Amino acid sequence: MLGIAALYSVLPLMWLVTSSTKSLGDFSTTSAFEFADWNLPANLRALFSEADGVFLAWARNSVLYAGVGAVLGALICTACGYAVAKLDFPGRRTLFAVTLTGVLVPTTALALPLYLMASEFRLVDTFWAVFLPLLTNPFGVYLARVYAEAAVPDEVLEAARIDGSGELKTFFRVALPMMRPGFVTIILFQFVQIWNNFFLPLVMLTDPRLFPLSLGLYQWSTRVSQFPQYNPLVITGSLLAVLPIIVAFLVLQRQWRSGLTAGSVK
Amino acid sequence: MSRSTSGGVRSGGGAVLGRTTAGRMPRFGGAAALLCAPFALLLIGTVLAPVTYALYLSLFTERLSGLGFSGPSRAFVALGNYADVVTDPDFLHGVGNVALYAVIQVPLMLGGALVVALLIDSAVARLKQVWLLAVFLPYAVPGVIAGLIWGYLYSPDIGPISSIAPIDPLGANGILPSVVNIATWQWMGYNMIIFYTALRTVPRELLEAARVDGAGPIRTALSVKLPSIRPTLFVGLVFTIIGALQLFTEPLVLQSFTGAVTSTWTPSLYVYDSAFVAGDYGRAAAASVLLGLVSAVLSAVVMRFSARRSR
Repeated sequence: MLGIAALYSVLPLMWLVTSSTKSLGDFSTTSAFEFADWNLPANLRALFSEADGVFLAWARNSVLYAGVGAVLGALICTACGYAVAKLDFPGRRTLFAVTLTGVLVPTTALALPLYLMASEFRLVDTFWAVFLPLLTNPFGVYLARVYAEAAVPDEVLEAARIDGSGELKTFFRVALPMMRPGFVTIILFQFVQIWNNFFLPLVMLTDPRLFPLSLGLYQWSTRVSQFPQYNPLVITGSLLAVLPIIVAFLVLQRQWRSGLTAGSVK
Repeated sequence: MSRSTSGGVRSGGGAVLGRTTAGRMPRFGGAAALLCAPFALLLIGTVLAPVTYALYLSLFTERLSGLGFSGPSRAFVALGNYADVVTDPDFLHGVGNVALYAVIQVPLMLGGALVVALLIDSAVARLKQVWLLAVFLPYAVPGVIAGLIWGYLYSPDIGPISSIAPIDPLGANGILPSVVNIATWQWMGYNMIIFYTALRTVPRELLEAARVDGAGPIRTALSVKLPSIRPTLFVGLVFTIIGALQLFTEPLVLQSFTGAVTSTWTPSLYVYDSAFVAGDYGRAAAASVLLGLVSAVLSAVVMRFSARRSR
C-alpha cells in the first residue's frame, strides 16, 4: 500500500528525468521509463539557446518574484502580525478582521479587477504588476500573530522599553529574533505560494522577458501540437524548474516539516 | 480598514502613551502604524480595492452606441450581469464540472492522504522518513509543470497511460478523472504530512489504553486517532474545497494536449475567457464575485461545523 503510494508519487518525476535525456525521435518511439540514447546535453543546449536564452531570464524572474517576494512579504506580515498581537492601537481589531476575510478571497476572483487597476496605473506588463499583489499574504499575518503571542513574552518587551528602546528597534532587535522559526515558516509558505502562482502572471504579462518559469513553459507547451520541436524544450525546462525546489526540500527537510504543519494547528 | 491606519497615524509620533484601560497591553499608536502600514497598504491596494472594483464592475456593461464609432459606453444594468451568468449554459456546465470534480477529488485525495498518514504512523511502517519524502515530493512541483508531466503521460503516442486505462484519459469522458488524478497527485503528500504530524500529537497513553482494551490497529485508527485529529481534518477539508472551486491551471495546461477541455470548462476558466477573450468585463466581474462569495460561504460553513464538532 505504502509502496504503491510512493510509486504513484515518484514515477511521474522519474518519467521527467528519463524523457529529458531523449532526442525528439526517441521520445515518441521508446517506452516511457527507459533511457534511450543520452541526449541530455543537446537538449540543454537547445533549451538555453532558444529565443536568445529566454529560459535563463525566466529562471531569474522566478527567483526574484518568489525569493525576494517571500522574504520581503514575510517581513511585512511579521511586522503587522507582531503589532496586532503585542501593541494596542486604534483599529487593531478591524485590521485583523479584514485580514482574516482577505484569506478567503480567491486569487481568481481578484485577477480581473487587479488587471484593470494595473492598466489604469500603466503597470500592466511590468515587474510590479506581478510582484506587488503576490507580496500580500493575509494568512502570513494570521500566522505571525499566533507566533508572536506564543514566542514573545510581554515581560521582555517591557524590559526593552524600560531600557529606552524605541518600539521599532524593539521589534527588529528583540521580537523578530524571538520569532525566527515562525518568520522562516512564513517565508517558506509564501515562497511556495508565489512559485506556484500562475493566474496573475498569465493575466498581467505579455513580454516573455518578464515571465516566471511556469508561464514561460506553459507558453511553449501551447505550441507543441504544431511544432513538436518544443517538446524537448518543455520537458527539459520542466525538469530544471523543479529540480532546485526538490533539492531544497530535501536539504531543508526539518525546516519545512515543522513549518508546513505549524499552520494546520488552529 | 482605512480607519485603522489613519487612526494609527493620527495618534502617531512614536511616543509612549502609557497603559490604557483596555488591559495590560500598552498603547503605541505611532509604532503600530509604522509596523502595520506596509501590510495595510498592500491589503487595501491588492485585495480591498480590487474586490470593491469587481463589485462595481459587475453592475455595469459596456455597450457600443449607434454604429460603434463613438466607442463603448458604460451602462448600469444592476444585477443584469449576474442574471446573465447564472443562466449561461457554459457557466452552469463549468459549475457542474467543478462540483463533480470536488465530489470525486476531495474524498479521494483526503482519504488517500489519511490512509497513508495512518499507515506511516502505525508501528508497522519501516523507513518512515523515506516514505514521507517520496509521497511529499509532488508538492514541490508547480501546477503548470504537474499538468505538463501528466499531459504527456496521458497522451496516446507518448505516455503509457492511454494504453492501459479503460477510457481515453484525454477524451470527453476521461478528462475529468484525469484532472482529478493530477490534483490528487500534487496535494496528497502535503495533506498527508499535515495529518501525520497531527497523529503524532495523539497521546500515547490513549493508544496504549485502546490496545489494552483489545482494539486492533483499524479499530484504534477509527475510534481513537481520527476523532483526535478532527480539527486538522476539517482545516484540510476547507482548503481542499476552496482549491477545487478555483480549479484553473491544470485544465488550462491540458488544453494543449486535448480538445476535450473547453475554454469555459471551470468557473475560473469562464472568468478568464469572459474577461480576456470576450472582453466582457461586467460578466467576468459578476462571475468572479459569485466565485468569491461561494468559496467564502462554503469555508465559513465548514469552519462553523468543525468548531461545533470539535468542542
